[in-house]
Amino acid sequence: MAWLMIAPAAVGLIIFLIIPFLMAFQLSLTDTRLLSPNPPQFVGLENYHRLLRVSVILMEPLRDPVTGEVQRDEEGRILYPRPRTILRSDARYEGMGELAQFHLFGRRYLVAAGDPTFWRGLANNFYFALVVVPLQSAFALLLAILVNQRIRGVNLFRTFYFMPVVVPMVVVAVVWFFLYNPGVGTINAFLKAISFGRLGPFEWLADPKLAFPSIMLLSIWQGVGFQMVIFLAGLQEIPGELYEAAEADGCNEVQKFFFVTLPQLRNTTIFVVVATTILAFQLFTQVQVMTGGGPGEATMTTILHAVREGRYQLRAGYASAITVVFFLIVLAVSIIQRSVMREERAIE
Amino acid sequence: MSAQTPIQVHPVGGKMPHSLQYRFRKTAKAILNYTVMTLLACFFAFPLVFMMVSATKTNETQITSDVGGLRAFVPYPLRFVPPVDRLDDAPAEIRNAYTGLGPQNFFDVFRRMPFGRFLWNSILVTTTTVGLGLLVNSIAAYPLARLKWKGRNVVLAAIVALIIIPFEAVAIPLMLLTTRLPRPGGGIGWHDTYIVQIIPFVADAFSIYLFYQFFIGIPKDLDEAAIMDGASRLRIYWNIIVPNSRPVFATVAILKFLWVWGSYLWPLLVIRLPEYRPLTVAMQEFFGQYPRLWGDTLAFATMTTLPVLILFLAFQRWFIRSVAATGIKG
Repeated sequence: MAWLMIAPAAVGLIIFLIIPFLMAFQLSLTDTRLLSPNPPQFVGLENYHRLLRVSVILMEPLRDPVTGEVQRDEEGRILYPRPRTILRSDARYEGMGELAQFHLFGRRYLVAAGDPTFWRGLANNFYFALVVVPLQSAFALLLAILVNQRIRGVNLFRTFYFMPVVVPMVVVAVVWFFLYNPGVGTINAFLKAISFGRLGPFEWLADPKLAFPSIMLLSIWQGVGFQMVIFLAGLQEIPGELYEAAEADGCNEVQKFFFVTLPQLRNTTIFVVVATTILAFQLFTQVQVMTGGGPGEATMTTILHAVREGRYQLRAGYASAITVVFFLIVLAVSIIQRSVMREERAIE
Repeated sequence: MSAQTPIQVHPVGGKMPHSLQYRFRKTAKAILNYTVMTLLACFFAFPLVFMMVSATKTNETQITSDVGGLRAFVPYPLRFVPPVDRLDDAPAEIRNAYTGLGPQNFFDVFRRMPFGRFLWNSILVTTTTVGLGLLVNSIAAYPLARLKWKGRNVVLAAIVALIIIPFEAVAIPLMLLTTRLPRPGGGIGWHDTYIVQIIPFVADAFSIYLFYQFFIGIPKDLDEAAIMDGASRLRIYWNIIVPNSRPVFATVAILKFLWVWGSYLWPLLVIRLPEYRPLTVAMQEFFGQYPRLWGDTLAFATMTTLPVLILFLAFQRWFIRSVAATGIKG
């Protein structure tokens, strides 16, 4: 009887979660394409090779073909060949593209990758997580403390802070797209007003430096209410006697926060941080709707890249390799976070 | 300090509770508190106010010039304008004559796109997924929480392990898998159907886990009495467990509802025909059409948001309780 009751859910989970999950590993070893008449071929680790391949190449300065002297521009800077020329000239770098350039000990190096877009997307996911996770968690805790006060009208404020959570992300992205309107836009107007005309106007989503932070802001706006409620539940479980005891010991509000509230919220904080980090790596809807990964690849993300490859380029095998790497990274990051934060507790 | 020796605790700073200074400080603190909370409320409300106010302004030129100031949040001029056909294509004099507030943009959305169909698609997919999900996952959680059987712990551990697989990690292979499944009514492939938006999301490890956690807390003597009376397992589930578990049913329903209503990546992958397109994908398509009309797009956005917003305002306490429940496992 037990098995019979579990069966519908078990069948669903096996077909639509476990099998696709295992399929990702298998597909990533093939050149499977969507809508292709040809049977897929086993290609071994070729997809991973292309995805993860990175080379650091020492760049030779351009030399005068006659004298052999190093060529310089008008300001005396050494001239180098174009990265594309370097990558094309050597068969070992076939299919690779420029990811970055850097200087070390007076020499210039070119970083080439089999799939530079993947690395930019991954770097953006880490950038997003490093900024958004601490900011959003701290902001959520602040909001939770505010709405945990026993004062008149507090429920109304709680409603306001939570409201964006129920708004679909596509809608959020579209509305903020308009708010970020370059030139005459609501956010530009606001910055101009509070800075007495000194700030802006900014290009927001069209500016490679500002596009990603702009998306971070609206992500926090939409998501922080969720974490606020989780912190609120944690705050309400802290026994009141702890605060009474702290008061009797002469603690002020700040001390009570650091010696009672924060340690008591440890489990809640671990949950919030890990969950927000996973969400940061899943980033997709906002960038797909607002920027399509641009300008350039300033707002590219891992999942956006996987969807582009799988859905639009029809390379299902390669896209599966991206999702496998994505899953392993998310798993590793959350295990590391959990163990680091648990260890702190063990030391106490 | 022990309970036997009560100590009079004075407010911080040792001032008497009713001194003038104490009352002054208390008032100042309250004012500061409310100011901060109100500013934060404005931060969370302003995009939605902008969306709804702009959607009701009939003149597109007015909307785009209002965005550079506080007028973006003010519904004006206070004059009701009934909807007119093809107002956005009319010459400027006519458009100016029809400047005011009214359902013009909503009217335009219905004229430019089969909005009703998209709305129906979203409602159908969401309610079916939530309804089937409640049934399937709660029935699965019952033997896990209330019965002793061989393999129970293994199944439970497997379900907990499945929670960590993010949907994004299986989306691409799942898309490929669904293109190979036999189509109901003949043919191959589930793309461009309702079932592809519903069936894969009915069974859900996290929902089972939430039900499981709630069910283990229900007193055992309730079902023991029923067993004495000869009730079957299914009857116990239906007559005892379900009526005693309303909070967890509400929690799972709300979380799943929010997730399905807002889902975008999956329909983007598997739905191409407008007949089965949900609101989210239609919204993005509409947004991508040129010329991009702010009023119409924001009217579309308003209509996509209002159903969830109304449900939220009506069942606020349940929404907040549901979200709080997701954190308890941490």
